[in-house]
Amino acid sequence: MDEKQRKKMARVPFKKVIKKHWMLLLMLAFPVIYVFIFSYIPMSGIIMAFKNYNYKGGIYFSPWNGLANFRALLIAKKLGPVTRNTLLYNIVFIFLGTILQVGSAILLNEIGGKVYKKTAQAFMFLPYFISWVVAGAIMYNVFNYERGIMNQVILGIGGEPFDLYNKPGAWPFVLTFLKMWKGTGYGSVVYLAAITSIDQEMFEAASLDGANAWQKVRYLTIPSLVPTIVTMTLLAIGGIFRGDFGLFYQTVKSSALLEPVTDVIDTYVFRLLMSSSKVGVSAAAGLYQSVLCLFTISVCNGLVKKIDPDYALY
Amino acid sequence: MDEKVFTKVRSHRRLSADVVSLKIVGYVFIGLFALVCFLPFYLIIIASFTPEKTLIRSGYPLIPKEFSVEAYKLSIKNPESILRAYGTTAFVTIVGTILSILLATMTGYALSRKDFPWRNGFAFYFFFTTLFGGGLVPWYILCTRYLGFKNHIHALILPMLFSVWNMIISKTFMAGIPAAISESAKIDGANDFTIYFRLMLPLSKPLVATLGLFSALAYWNDWYNCMLFITDEKMFMLQYYLQRMLGDAEAMKTVAEKSGLPLTAVPLESMKMAMTVVATGPIVLLYPFVQRYFVKGMTIGAVKG
Repeated sequence: MDEKQRKKMARVPFKKVIKKHWMLLLMLAFPVIYVFIFSYIPMSGIIMAFKNYNYKGGIYFSPWNGLANFRALLIAKKLGPVTRNTLLYNIVFIFLGTILQVGSAILLNEIGGKVYKKTAQAFMFLPYFISWVVAGAIMYNVFNYERGIMNQVILGIGGEPFDLYNKPGAWPFVLTFLKMWKGTGYGSVVYLAAITSIDQEMFEAASLDGANAWQKVRYLTIPSLVPTIVTMTLLAIGGIFRGDFGLFYQTVKSSALLEPVTDVIDTYVFRLLMSSSKVGVSAAAGLYQSVLCLFTISVCNGLVKKIDPDYALY
Repeated sequence: MDEKVFTKVRSHRRLSADVVSLKIVGYVFIGLFALVCFLPFYLIIIASFTPEKTLIRSGYPLIPKEFSVEAYKLSIKNPESILRAYGTTAFVTIVGTILSILLATMTGYALSRKDFPWRNGFAFYFFFTTLFGGGLVPWYILCTRYLGFKNHIHALILPMLFSVWNMIISKTFMAGIPAAISESAKIDGANDFTIYFRLMLPLSKPLVATLGLFSALAYWNDWYNCMLFITDEKMFMLQYYLQRMLGDAEAMKTVAEKSGLPLTAVPLESMKMAMTVVATGPIVLLYPFVQRYFVKGMTIGAVKG
């Protein structure tokens, strides 16, 4: 649409739009109200971070208490560690996740057998279909000390059983493995789609020039995927301060021993909220996270816009 | 026929060492990965059909030796609570999925109409909520204190009813359907609702299938809203029921071991497995039906959020 047309449309009078498009407006009515209630009203609720919340006063009539909630957060000294955990886990998830997703997309594309490919892909999707409750249960069945599958195998070959639930140091690896296990099959679809849209003539031309299969992957497929990789990575970085609540909550199950290596901002906010006397402090931690998220999303979107405006969020 | 012979000859000639080595790496890596993804499910299903005694004596079997449906019988022995959880979950999933598909596609359709002058304004109104939010706490307080979510079926449906991402996916998809189709319908006297229901929805099958699968997955697998809002055991959803049962089993085991009481009251190992299978089952079976549309539907989602 060119500039002229846009200007013409912007000038359509209010009443005329309502008369002409009342049906479209009717379609939008429920979502608009829904979003207002469930997103915009909570947005105004960030004032809770500056209030001493009580049930009677609710969000709007509880007494103000200035920065006391933030002071309490600083005194608790948990914000630093949970932010670090959230950040480090997500960096590893994004980095490893991208490698695995791109790798499996390329290899899935290379293998010829249709049945093999379809079956393998269905299997790789399977973990994506289960809830974190089930994933946590599966993990417990594999790793628990007494009857875990892993320890049975270790005992079977005459080794020392390994008590994961008493070994905080091993958790970053296990959680990373679990996250990759659950998400790789799903994540690879985006790259698979990108591969199929690569111009096939390039590959034929490369073959004529004497490129072998590995060289084609190295010099054609991977470079063609770079824009998608960059975009997906930047989008993921936009959410880098948001922890995967289900992953951490359903596997760790609020074990104090594991907390230092498994507590992320989301689980911390949740815990504060559930210990009802700290609602205000919890809101303050939540506001801290929201602001961090807004900042990273804006920066990332700015970068995406520079690289490939088509992929920018706004 | 000539074509066939030609490609056959060509593919034979192409099978040089580098192609073979790449294929081998592909088959091995993908095969191993698929195996790692599948193995836990296999073990749990086998364990759920293994008699409790065998599980205690020799652990989870890799190859089934004995077959028993005892665990399933036991988990349905207390039919009221589990069947109720099943019923609640099925109801919430069906109602939630249908409504959320309708809402996402209807909103997406309205915003994809190029002749609708306010579409960008509305789009921004929705989109802004993905950039900034009040966070968990104000939302939770709003739902519990003001909207009466505690122990109400609304609490299980409403929180996931409308997703801005699904709306954006719908908008992108429907913007790709030629405008001429709806314009000609309009000339024939169709109104916006008719166009949406009779034309746009049928033309958006991959979209509806994908959104449907994602919504159904989200509702079926939901334990979070149940954990936040539901304390009445009669309204537990399946996943949360499972979470509670597994948690209770661990707690009871610890108590029993410490006090030296017999373990009779504790849910059995095989029963836990059976419950896990029961809680997961139906949603995995959905996959083959939507697989056809899946990649196509998700590709739309990949571009532009």
